[in-house]
Amino acid sequence: MSVHEDRSPRAAVTDAAGRIATASSLGVLGTLRAGVRVSPELVTGIRLTLLLAVLAAIGRVVVPVAVQQSIDTGLLAEGGVDAGRVGVLVAAAALVLVLAGTCSALVNVRLVRRTEAGLATLRVKAFRHVHDLSVLSQDSERRGALVSRVTSDVDTISMFVQWGGIMLLVSTMQLTVATVLMAAYSWQLTLLVWACFVPLALVLPRLQRGVNRAFAEVRAAMGGVLGTVSEAVLGAETIRAHAAQARTRRRVDAAVAGHRDAQVRAQVRVASVFSGGMLVSNLVLVAVVVAGSFLGMAGEVSLGRLLAFLFLVQLFTGPVQLATEVLNELQNAVAGWRRVLAVLETPVTVADPPDGEVSPRGPATVELRGVSYAYPDGPTVLDAVDLTLPPRTRVAVVGRTGSGKTTLAKLVARLMDPSTGQILLDGTDLRRLRSASLRARVVLVPQEGFLFDGTLAENIAYGARDLAPGQDVRPLVEDAIVSLGLADWVADRPGGLDAPVGQRGEALSAGERQLVALARAYLAKADLLVLDEATSAVDPATEVRVARAFEQLAAGRSTVTIAHRLSTAEAADLVVVVDAGKVVEVGHHSELVASGGVYARMHEAWIAQTR
Amino acid sequence: MTSTTNPRRPVALTGSRLRRSLALMGRGLRAQPWLYTWTIAVSGLAGVLTVEISTRLGRATDEVVVPALTGAPTTSATVWLGVAGLALVAILNAVAVAGRRIGAGMGYARLGAEHRRNLAHRYLELPVAWHRGRPTGRLLAHVSSDAEAATGVFNPLPFALGVALMLVVAAVRLVTVDPWLAAAAFAVLPAVMVVNAVFQRRMSPAVTEAQRLRGDVSDVAHESFSAALLVKSLGTEAREEARFARVADASRAANVQVGRVRAVFDPVIELLPSLGTLLVLGVGVWRASVGDVGAGDVVAAAYLLTLLAIPVRAFGWVLGELPRGLVGHERIAGVLDAPEEIVPGSGALAGSGPLGVRVEGVGLEVVGPDGPLTLLDDVTLDVAPGATVAVVGATGAGKSTLVALLARLSDPSRGTVRLGGTDVRSLAPEALAGAVAYVSQSTFVFEDSVRANVTLMDDDEPGAPSDEEIWDALERAHVADTVRALPDGLDARLGERGSNLSGGQRQRLAIARALVRRPRLLVLDDATSALDPRVERDILLGLGERGGPTVVIVAYRAASIALASSVVHVDAGRVVDVGTHAELLARDDGYARLATAYARETSRRADEAAAAGVEEDR
Repeated sequence: MSVHEDRSPRAAVTDAAGRIATASSLGVLGTLRAGVRVSPELVTGIRLTLLLAVLAAIGRVVVPVAVQQSIDTGLLAEGGVDAGRVGVLVAAAALVLVLAGTCSALVNVRLVRRTEAGLATLRVKAFRHVHDLSVLSQDSERRGALVSRVTSDVDTISMFVQWGGIMLLVSTMQLTVATVLMAAYSWQLTLLVWACFVPLALVLPRLQRGVNRAFAEVRAAMGGVLGTVSEAVLGAETIRAHAAQARTRRRVDAAVAGHRDAQVRAQVRVASVFSGGMLVSNLVLVAVVVAGSFLGMAGEVSLGRLLAFLFLVQLFTGPVQLATEVLNELQNAVAGWRRVLAVLETPVTVADPPDGEVSPRGPATVELRGVSYAYPDGPTVLDAVDLTLPPRTRVAVVGRTGSGKTTLAKLVARLMDPSTGQILLDGTDLRRLRSASLRARVVLVPQEGFLFDGTLAENIAYGARDLAPGQDVRPLVEDAIVSLGLADWVADRPGGLDAPVGQRGEALSAGERQLVALARAYLAKADLLVLDEATSAVDPATEVRVARAFEQLAAGRSTVTIAHRLSTAEAADLVVVVDAGKVVEVGHHSELVASGGVYARMHEAWIAQTR
Repeated sequence: MTSTTNPRRPVALTGSRLRRSLALMGRGLRAQPWLYTWTIAVSGLAGVLTVEISTRLGRATDEVVVPALTGAPTTSATVWLGVAGLALVAILNAVAVAGRRIGAGMGYARLGAEHRRNLAHRYLELPVAWHRGRPTGRLLAHVSSDAEAATGVFNPLPFALGVALMLVVAAVRLVTVDPWLAAAAFAVLPAVMVVNAVFQRRMSPAVTEAQRLRGDVSDVAHESFSAALLVKSLGTEAREEARFARVADASRAANVQVGRVRAVFDPVIELLPSLGTLLVLGVGVWRASVGDVGAGDVVAAAYLLTLLAIPVRAFGWVLGELPRGLVGHERIAGVLDAPEEIVPGSGALAGSGPLGVRVEGVGLEVVGPDGPLTLLDDVTLDVAPGATVAVVGATGAGKSTLVALLARLSDPSRGTVRLGGTDVRSLAPEALAGAVAYVSQSTFVFEDSVRANVTLMDDDEPGAPSDEEIWDALERAHVADTVRALPDGLDARLGERGSNLSGGQRQRLAIARALVRRPRLLVLDDATSALDPRVERDILLGLGERGGPTVVIVAYRAASIALASSVVHVDAGRVVDVGTHAELLARDDGYARLATAYARETSRRADEAAAAGVEEDR
């Protein structure tokens, strides 16, 4: 359980206001415009790129023109074959081809550079925005889904821009140049070619949608396969202990067969669409031969021109078939872009005020005035709380699960803002404070500190802030270790401070991770610590260390602890009892036990259970 | 593909890279002999028809177009006749291409399914110890991306084989027309091959690097988002942004590197057939001027090259897929060839009623990172039929390892485990599972109905328990009320997308799962940790009614231990002492220390329960 446990189940589903939308609601053009606004690198130097693309496209028609010229003025020249002229023509055409190819390579390189730069910007901006969002928004999505917004979603954009974008650019140019040239050779045949391809171009997107649906089914079926296999893997022990292999095997087999059949269905669709396009272009070829022959008989077109035409038709087939795939990629890219933009569009509700105040350091007093909090569209969790937490006081907040005690702590650390009322730090509303200043003074220590995959020293040093450039953080870490009485613990660990802690600190026990969190908090040198007490079982030696480190850490500071044990409340200077969203009792342990209220009843239950 | 029922023949490929590549393709083709015979034939036909189109185009030029344009006598009938043939070939070609693609797709899908099935079956056969050492993500990756990589080459393979046939036909045709023209036309082929080879060599390290850095981006994002609360509470957003920007930039640079290779390769590979066409044109006109070929031959040869541009690249696709395919196959083989550690027996278990357990001189070693590790050492133990025995010891003492042997989740290195006098290794898996129910520390809930989660059988399976029997088990596990409260009762869906149960409810469900089998020996490995002590006591006491099973329980709570008729104290893989709780407390110092720690843990839980206002289990 982390700091979020006080959220009632209803609140978890209905926080519409804080949620990150699945996708931006922008249209295709709006998405592209917004995308370019976020990553302006995408369009820098686009004019030169377009110019180069036109030059590259010219290379595509060199061969048909060379064929036409060679046949009309070389092969069928008046007075026999003119081999010399053809030699010159072929050499010139080769030169143009190489130049156009160079242009093509330049276009590709330019597009790749610009898009990768633009998308890296988009990635980083979206990443930062996720961190700037409120905890509520962050929790509204699974971590994996958030990660995919800055990884695979951005990758689909880059796939399109680099492959699809180039294809779209080159194909458009190719079609344009080919049409112009065809029209110059024979306007009748050009009309014929267009008349054949336009219907195909109109039908293909519809067919492509069917293909997309089929592939969506394949992906869903793969999800089913992974689902059943992961049950077979995660439930390995249970399956073996109860000899349930046969049933699991049947389920896996069914899922695998379902995926295989979905794949075949998708392939059949793809094959039909592809060969359909192929058939049309082959038939266009035939139509051109027929029409060309009759036109030729009528003296409308030369042999060379007609043959050039046959080559030019080949230039049409590619783009029309590719166009459907490119459109598909475009859809994916726009969808990916929308998902990333949706992150950037999510408002930062707990924002850093642009002209915020700097709070002077020193003992911290916290005052809550009429503070209420309700999750968006959810029930009220805290209701009109008035409370003053004096400086240099050890405060314990107690209350049963769901009482609102965790919410109270989150509000004091400004992980969220109250729905009504205000929270003052030394007389200043938290919302008026500059974020950096607030975080310098108030630090929240979660139940289980997150550990990065690095060494113990690196993880502790994460708490240090405001370091001078090039300042060695090592002495600070060692000082924290000694001050919190953890020197013997570090000395006993093989590798000491430089031992790696593993992914998420798996090389450390839960208690040891708490020690790291406390050492970090020590380095952060905050005036007010908000602590979520750990509940996980810890071996006795570590428990003693945690308690001692906490004593040292709390000395001379204000602390607010979300207490999950009554023994913690017993040791505090001040106990705040929260019940059903209201602060019902405030006082010292002994006063509250004597007063016979909510706290006294909890205490009674405790005594009864230990007896 | 080799079936898992024949583990003798290793799945892994051996020998040189070329040999392994050929073996990979050969095995796939042999696995679907009819499909691939048909597909390759159709693919070859498509190739031949492609050549035929250009030949007929050339003939149409000579017989129809040239005469028509040069005013030689021709009729519209000749035009139509020439054209009809061309149209027929065009239609056949499209049909053959469709057939080729469908066949290739079916082969790819079937071979992939075969890999996935084999892997999943193997996962079910391999012992729990094998699973423990492997992250789930990797095992799932074998099923998804590795199976895909291992079969990826079969997508372009039929195409490439068809193209090979097409090239032979085209070469024969051209050579019979004019060897010079043929030489000019085929000059482009080696060039395409060389360019492809260079491209592959440059591309694969670049792609590997880009892929690795993409993984880094994902890792940093995942770690950083997981640390979101820490980042916010310390205000280190800018530091995280800088960290992410570094990997994002490295990934960008690597992607640009890949892009540059492609940026050059694509135009070059497109340029080659065009240059080839020009060469054919030049040579063709020279040959025509000599009078050896007609205009139609030149046109046909030139046109053939434009048609060849794409198919020739199929070889490149095959070559490009092979390295990935070999890696994918190797990873799959690692699972399929994993040694069989537990050989199932075939015997049955005699008698009925609670089973006696005898563990005799059992030792167990595993290979750890720093050499061999002794988990159990010379353990001998007797449990009388119907007894309830608590196994107690510090963390890592070997308790779980010991009780897992009773359900034969692993085998000892030395010694024997006997149930009712029979060595567990001689028992058939069904006989063993029918007699012994093992419930572990963590409960796995399947995404399925409550009923299926209890029975782990299909409803129509022979021997599937009736609803009364299921309800009875749920009652005895004290979870029937919870199930009754669910909207669909026994049919309510559980797991990620269904109703979620609390830790205590899950544990009780797992106990019901064990009880419905009416076991003769029940092994509970800390399976009651999330239960309220009173509920735990009620469940355990309820087991004794109606001639209940022998119970072996790994426990951490004084209350659970108090229910046992005897206690086994395990330390560092050895049995230290056996006796009643009181006896051990009096004569075993280590046990006394443990008991104190358990008492402290109990009071801590009471403290937390009071603070949380919780009456029921957590």
